[in-house]
Amino acid sequence: MNWSEFVHMGGYGFYVWSSYGLALLVLLLNLYLPLRRRKTVRRLLHEFLRLKEQTR
Amino acid sequence: MRERGKTPSPLALSREGELVKIYILIDMHKYASPKFFYTLAGQLTPWMAALTALLLVAGLYFGLFIAPADYQQGESYRIIFIHVPAAWMSMFIYVCMAGAGAIALVWNVKLFEMFAGNCAPVGASFTFLALVTGSLWGKPMWGAWWAWDARLTSELILFFLYMGYMALEASIDDPRRAARASAILALVGVVNIPVIHFSVEWWNTLHQPASVSKIGTPSIHPSMLAPLLLMSLGFTFYFFTVALMRMRNEILERERHTTWVAQLLESRS
Repeated sequence: MNWSEFVHMGGYGFYVWSSYGLALLVLLLNLYLPLRRRKTVRRLLHEFLRLKEQTR
Repeated sequence: MRERGKTPSPLALSREGELVKIYILIDMHKYASPKFFYTLAGQLTPWMAALTALLLVAGLYFGLFIAPADYQQGESYRIIFIHVPAAWMSMFIYVCMAGAGAIALVWNVKLFEMFAGNCAPVGASFTFLALVTGSLWGKPMWGAWWAWDARLTSELILFFLYMGYMALEASIDDPRRAARASAILALVGVVNIPVIHFSVEWWNTLHQPASVSKIGTPSIHPSMLAPLLLMSLGFTFYFFTVALMRMRNEILERERHTTWVAQLLESRS
């Protein structure tokens, strides 16, 4: 099996690769969201603890 | 506790037994404590992520390069290696979410509450993936992107259940009350899970019947079954990895008033 045949997928290339591409997108997005959230939470917590120190 | 040189009396034995019970109780408490869980989850996550990557790479290799083309559907059937695992996950995560919600309702365990809440977005993603890949498979095979068939409709209802769950949870400010309300919604929605599973048997559908979970021998060749199972396991570990990451964020947020979170942040800055 050569490369262009592989991409062609017997004429179903569009359907097969859209499915795999979308799967990749969904997996990456669900990984990215908690990583971004982690950054935000850390930043907010530092802020929160700083304010708590000040008001004490 | 025992005195040396004497055989222990039954009374002493039973007291030791009691002590063991108390230790077990203390241990349970430790494992369910957010602080302990935060650390444990942090240690587990990288290993689970590595296992996920390994399983998915193996699944893709066997699915795209080793498995032969289908005698009826040609190369288009390779969508199965995304579609079926995603559909299984959509149901598995829903059952996890409802089960954890029930445990949280009955025993009031915060960790299960957080787990249930964090299942929803991941489960909704897999449901979306199952629906869209199903559509991408249906177009070349059935000639239609969508049909109001029992399997497709019940899976779409599952997607709306996830959406409803998240909307309800987001609409209540107090996280504990939000978790209770959404857990009840999730439990009511559980009836949809057997409907999805048996829809291909109960109704005449366009969707093909099950090939793997058939009683007796699965009617799928091992070279196609292997990547299917590898991808499913990969998705399962992916789900647990992401759920742990989400739970760690939520623990920090919810426990912000505690000293251990303050100490943790100080030690890292």
